[in-house]
Amino acid sequence: MSKNTVTTETATSGIGPVEGASLYDVDHPAPLIEAPRKRTKKTPKSTRGNFEMYGWLFMRLSGVVLVVLVIGHLLIQLVLDGGVSKIGFAFVAGRWASPFWQVWDLLMLWLAMLHGANGLRTVINDYAERANTRLWLKGLLYTATVFTILLGTLVIFTFDPNIR
Amino acid sequence: MATPTLDKADGAGAPEAGFADSPYITATFRIRRFNSEVSAEAVWEDFQLEIDPKERVLDALHKIKWDQDGTLTFRRSCAHGICGSDAMRINGKNRLACKTLIKDLSPEKPITVEPIKGLTVLKDLVVDMEPFFQAYRDVMPFLITKDTNEPTRERLQTAEDRERFDDTTKCILCAACTSSCPVFWNDGQYFGPAAIVNAHRFIFDSRDEAGEQRLEILNDKDGVWRCRTTFNCTDACPRGIEVTKAIQEVKRALITRRF
Ligand code: HEM
Ligand code: SF4
Ligand code: FES
Repeated sequence: MSKNTVTTETATSGIGPVEGASLYDVDHPAPLIEAPRKRTKKTPKSTRGNFEMYGWLFMRLSGVVLVVLVIGHLLIQLVLDGGVSKIGFAFVAGRWASPFWQVWDLLMLWLAMLHGANGLRTVINDYAERANTRLWLKGLLYTATVFTILLGTLVIFTFDPNIR
Repeated sequence: MATPTLDKADGAGAPEAGFADSPYITATFRIRRFNSEVSAEAVWEDFQLEIDPKERVLDALHKIKWDQDGTLTFRRSCAHGICGSDAMRINGKNRLACKTLIKDLSPEKPITVEPIKGLTVLKDLVVDMEPFFQAYRDVMPFLITKDTNEPTRERLQTAEDRERFDDTTKCILCAACTSSCPVFWNDGQYFGPAAIVNAHRFIFDSRDEAGEQRLEILNDKDGVWRCRTTFNCTDACPRGIEVTKAIQEVKRALITRRF
């Protein structure tokens, strides 16, 4: 009555009738398929700080502010007053002549970059398994973040509408 | 197969028509098997059996083990949803085999049964639960009081105080929640929902005096802040505990104690 069938491409290495001799037996078991980054008695080491709590709060608070900043930005740049066709050097220069839009853009730059960077940090923590991979990805992320924030800030503060 | 139903049909001399009344169906169980003494890889194996769909997946596993393949390995103890030993991934969802009826799994298609994820598979459906219990121990899941003397009378609390943490007292440590969490799948350093549920059970108990310590433990980098609010844990819990809500309550307690 019961027909048992092994249903994968790797049927030859399966349990049950194995063709040919197996590499493994009771005295020579195969390595187990380990879970990534297993908890042990010694890990994780406790750090005792509030950084993760502030990070979590910052994501929510900056998110709320970003809704206003980003949607406002998108409306002004892409929808209202002729849409993208109006955007040019003169349009940017005209907006940055006002401290209000300078502060708006500065805030949006900092919040979006820090929010996005912290979000990606979370993603790296969630997905990268090996300690080295994590280190390098985060190094790359922080470098890119600092570079973009500094460059953007520099441009907002040193923008010269009379440049030729 | 000599089952009462078939015997009766035969005895009455009813031909094929008698089978129409049979509660039995033919179901296929597609089980994820791993045996390090045979192969380095896990494979799917199909088992077909005649079974009453009102029976549970655990009954089917028993039938397979007892009648077809004695090497099939899985944990179970109480068989009635209280010991927490037979959490497994059935049709892609974490459940207790002893509380899952076959008829609820669309048995006309093969029913897949896998070990829970994020823990090392030892054999077939048996996983190494040690990291899971380590996280549980790390939240100090026992009553702690500052009074070091032996108590002379019962520690009383009001019905409302008891109600505050009632939900999280129901946990049977089956690991269905923790092993359904995508953060835990990729990073076993995360405490995981079950440890937080069991910390919650004491943090919100008016008789306990180490709530602050437990909050501090869960405030760490692999504590509650790693929760991405996926709700997989709440969906998985066979005890119907609102796991994600419990985690959020711990987060809220951490924030309100500081601000
Ligand atoms: C427009 C309003 C926005 C709101 C309300 C918002 C809100 C949030 C919240 C609450 C989280 C945390 C999710 C969690 O912890 O599970 C988050 C994550 C994230 N956000 Fe935003 N955000 C906004 C805009 C942005 C922008 C402009 C960027 C890119 C620069 C961004 C990039 C990210 C990334 C990469 C994550 C991590 C993804 C994850 O955790 O799954 N967000 N966002
Ligand atoms: S909270 Fe529910 S799913 Fe998680 S271990 Fe306890 S009983 Fe199992
Ligand atoms: S066997 Fe005890 S919970 Fe299922």
